[in-house]
Amino acid sequence: MISRRTMLSASMLAVALALGGMSTTGAKAEDCSITLGAAVSLTGKYSTNGKHTKNGYDLALKVINGKGGVKVGGKTCKLAIKYYDDESTPARAAALAERLIKQDGVKFMLGPYSSGLTKAIAPVTEKHKVPMVEANGASRSLFTKGYKYLFAVLSTSEQYLKSAIELAAENADKMGKKPNELTIAMAIENDPFSQDIRAGVMEDAKRFGMKIVIDDKLPKELNDMSATLTKVKALKPDILVVSGHAKGAATAVRQVAEMRVDVPMMAMTHCDSAQIIKKFGKDAEYTLCASQWAPTLKYSDSYFGSAMDFAKLFEKTYGYAPPYQAAESAAAVLVFKDAFERAGTLDPQKVRDALAATDMMTFYGRIKFDETGKNIAKPMVLYQVLQGKYVVVAPSKWAEAKAVIPRPKWSERK
Amino acid sequence: MNRRLRHISALTALFAIGLVGPWLMPAYISQFAQLWLFIVLALSWDIMGGQTGYNSFGNIIYFGIGMYASAVAQVGVVWPVADYTAAKGGGTEFVFTAEQIYTGLALGIPLGGLLAMAAAIVFGALLLGMRGHYFAIATLGLAVAIAELAAGWDYIGAGSGMVTPTLPQEIEGPVLFYYLSLALAVLAILFYAWLYSTRFRLAINAIRDDEDKAEALGHHTTRNKMTAWAISALFTGMAGAIYGNLSGFIDPHDIAFNAEIGVWMILMAILGGKGTLWGPIIGAIVFFVSKELFWTYLLGWQRVALGLLIVIIVVFFPEGIMGWVRSRWPHLFAAPHLDGDEGNAAAAATDERKEAANA
Amino acid sequence: MQNLQLLLQAPVFNIQLLLDGMFIGAVFALAAFGMALVWGVMNIINVSQGEFVMLGGFITLMVVQAGLSPLLGIPVAAVVLFVLGWALYRGIIWRIVEADMFTSLLATFGVSIMLQQLMNEIFGADVRTVESGLGIWFLFDGMVTVTQIKVLAFVLSFVIGLALWLFLKTARLGQAIRATAQNARAARILGIDTDRVYAATYAINAALCGAAGALVVMAWSIHPYMGLPYTLRSFMIVIVAGLGNLAAVISAGLGLGVAEQFAGFILGAEFQLAFVFLLLVAVLVARQVMLARKRQYLK
Repeated sequence: MISRRTMLSASMLAVALALGGMSTTGAKAEDCSITLGAAVSLTGKYSTNGKHTKNGYDLALKVINGKGGVKVGGKTCKLAIKYYDDESTPARAAALAERLIKQDGVKFMLGPYSSGLTKAIAPVTEKHKVPMVEANGASRSLFTKGYKYLFAVLSTSEQYLKSAIELAAENADKMGKKPNELTIAMAIENDPFSQDIRAGVMEDAKRFGMKIVIDDKLPKELNDMSATLTKVKALKPDILVVSGHAKGAATAVRQVAEMRVDVPMMAMTHCDSAQIIKKFGKDAEYTLCASQWAPTLKYSDSYFGSAMDFAKLFEKTYGYAPPYQAAESAAAVLVFKDAFERAGTLDPQKVRDALAATDMMTFYGRIKFDETGKNIAKPMVLYQVLQGKYVVVAPSKWAEAKAVIPRPKWSERK
Repeated sequence: MNRRLRHISALTALFAIGLVGPWLMPAYISQFAQLWLFIVLALSWDIMGGQTGYNSFGNIIYFGIGMYASAVAQVGVVWPVADYTAAKGGGTEFVFTAEQIYTGLALGIPLGGLLAMAAAIVFGALLLGMRGHYFAIATLGLAVAIAELAAGWDYIGAGSGMVTPTLPQEIEGPVLFYYLSLALAVLAILFYAWLYSTRFRLAINAIRDDEDKAEALGHHTTRNKMTAWAISALFTGMAGAIYGNLSGFIDPHDIAFNAEIGVWMILMAILGGKGTLWGPIIGAIVFFVSKELFWTYLLGWQRVALGLLIVIIVVFFPEGIMGWVRSRWPHLFAAPHLDGDEGNAAAAATDERKEAANA
Repeated sequence: MQNLQLLLQAPVFNIQLLLDGMFIGAVFALAAFGMALVWGVMNIINVSQGEFVMLGGFITLMVVQAGLSPLLGIPVAAVVLFVLGWALYRGIIWRIVEADMFTSLLATFGVSIMLQQLMNEIFGADVRTVESGLGIWFLFDGMVTVTQIKVLAFVLSFVIGLALWLFLKTARLGQAIRATAQNARAARILGIDTDRVYAATYAINAALCGAAGALVVMAWSIHPYMGLPYTLRSFMIVIVAGLGNLAAVISAGLGLGVAEQFAGFILGAEFQLAFVFLLLVAVLVARQVMLARKRQYLK
């Protein structure tokens, strides 16, 4: 009788696996559709940005298919994307990548949101020799491992706040100091990606001889950073650097205003995905924000048109202005399309080689990969919130206005 | 067919499936590896929660300790660990040969288990004096605190996590870790089957049923609790060591000390029926398969479904699948003169329910 | 230790930390009232406590989106959560009241993950805040800032605690709740509809959490996965304070809030939670060691 129970559980397994097998939708040659696989965070702590990522992918898919699809070796193929929810957890993401490749027969992958998840997936795609173009894994350590099938359209993490620190050095005299007398306070979330940003800030600070006076790692659950900000008030640093995805940006902007923390410069990441202008209005003024991309940049391509055209189309489709996470995700799909057409085949190895040779202009900026797979052709930009708008203030090539440094004290604001 | 024979034939069938499974369904090898590890986790939770009556929310501590200990050992046999973690999972210079990988695993997995066991002895001395929900919450608090400490410790990568050694091309990772998981599961199942056939089981069941009486009867209750807790940690730690390698990347919150896996261990044991050998095994299989199905077909709603499943399990099947089978087909279990403890356990469980209703 | 020196050199920052700690602690206490009540009366540890707080926040968000005053969110959230609590009792909880505590832990855990993802589907995972429309007070030349909504949260926690105490002391239902807590069987024999008492208890708990959530979204922020830390802190407060002593719950809540702020300041934000939970374990171990001398144990 026991064996009957064993059989029961065994047959349950079998049923489960059969069901699993039914969902297999590989890239089939007959009807010529190309399926890209993607594990994105629809739930969990990254789901806000996971959604931006998915919207970016979907919009690019729609535009490419709307303009006739992808021409591969004389055939016209439609693109499709198979999604799974990785729940913002690396273990899940790795298992899903395995599933996409082995069970669903996906031959090309798009990246997940966040470096942590990309780190989890990259070894899997690498092992199966599946090319992955990712748009949201900026951690530098992804590109020191000699991965051959990983390509990233975005600038890597150490560059995120580089221009903010450089801007501080340039404007040190306005704060009445020499660059090497400046002090930095860091409040950075304790996750792989944010910690990479921290490493970048520390390197830049060292380069200029600046001193780090606060180095707090924010826990993932924290919705209150008043203890850290009290420290900022006490130590009066010149630059406050905050990075903690959308939650960190929102919490910092709000509490800095509430507690009337006066710092000459406040630089952070993820401002636009946290929608700080819409949510906090005047309290967001003068915040410096690192961004991969801005709609005001003069980049353009033949699919979306200019960066501004992309922003308009995105807003029309999804009802909100595109954060850079959506833009870079859309760009990743364009890169795949370009590579498919240049390869003229769907052989993963040939597509991989075509990807490696990518050198194209998109609405998101120029994309050209170095031998480690990261994009070396596009700079980061730095916004400042001025009069309720994001205004590019650095690098100077793209600057629309001069940065306001130091920020006016709270008591002097209306 | 007597019980012992049924027992042996079921075990043989399970192991046989385990051996040939990967050839039949090669695409699912990583999931199967996880399943075997989950069986170990559920069984190891059950020795405390089901057999000794100490409901631990903190077994995830041993999972995480085992995982980190093994990863540190595996890296440490070749490279300085601090350099490796400072490089955020290493660059191209951190190469491991196949031999180094095997040495690392041979060293790391037992070390993970032993270190977890050592931790269990220390924590046991502190916590095992508490009973009921105080024990449950103290272990939960400890688990949260240790996760946070791990996330603040730079040597093991702090919040950036730690990448387990990258395998050289000639090693098929999933296959290797599948057989390691299978081996661990076989070891664990045989060990627990043996353990539960000894008087030790009666001793820890006595603690569960009435600790004061057991103590009054001259049982070394403290020693027995500690032994059970240490065994539980040993296997949980080894499962963690393999799980870390299987996932390739260790994050302090999301993988090593993942509170959710901590709850799943408990849930699997309850689902199958706690206080039995087969309960946690069946529970793990049913839970894992339904979880995978939810995650595949109910995208975005998988947790709602899982939550509902949990509620249904604990509300309608508080005794688990084994308990339900037992009340449905009692004759299957009716051989008290052979190894009567399971019959007694059933009776004890019924008594417990009555008591709870009266309380 | 440099941070410690800072506090000694500029004592005014102690005041800021103390105030911030007390404000957040008062909200922890509000959620802990309900947990103590449900634990004491029904012998259930409600793991979905933090999710009720989260729901209260989202309801306030809806109130604001409907164009009403955010402060109205506090009563509305309480009422809606009361109804939801009642419904949850009628649907699920009544089946597990008599079961052992472990069953209820798991069942309410199931409820909590359902609520999490449900809210994620409805509202998305964004961090949400609501502007209360209240101002900020500046003390000590702007060195210390106090947002009025946090003061309101603080005062309300006390008022609600007092009201709850009065309710349990004098109201008919309150007395029935206490009677049921003391001896459910005896209460049943004396004609108390214990089932209704349980339903009311669970609903009141949900309502308290709802009010707390409304305050959290105005003073701090909410998102669908914020629940667990609130649940854990409620646990901790109730364990330290014991059941059935509302004054102790408030002081434990305030103490926890203050301890967290100072830990965050001195040890750095990364060790804030670790400190708090090690403190929990230490408190339990200390109580255990003291009891063990008398050959008793924590149960």
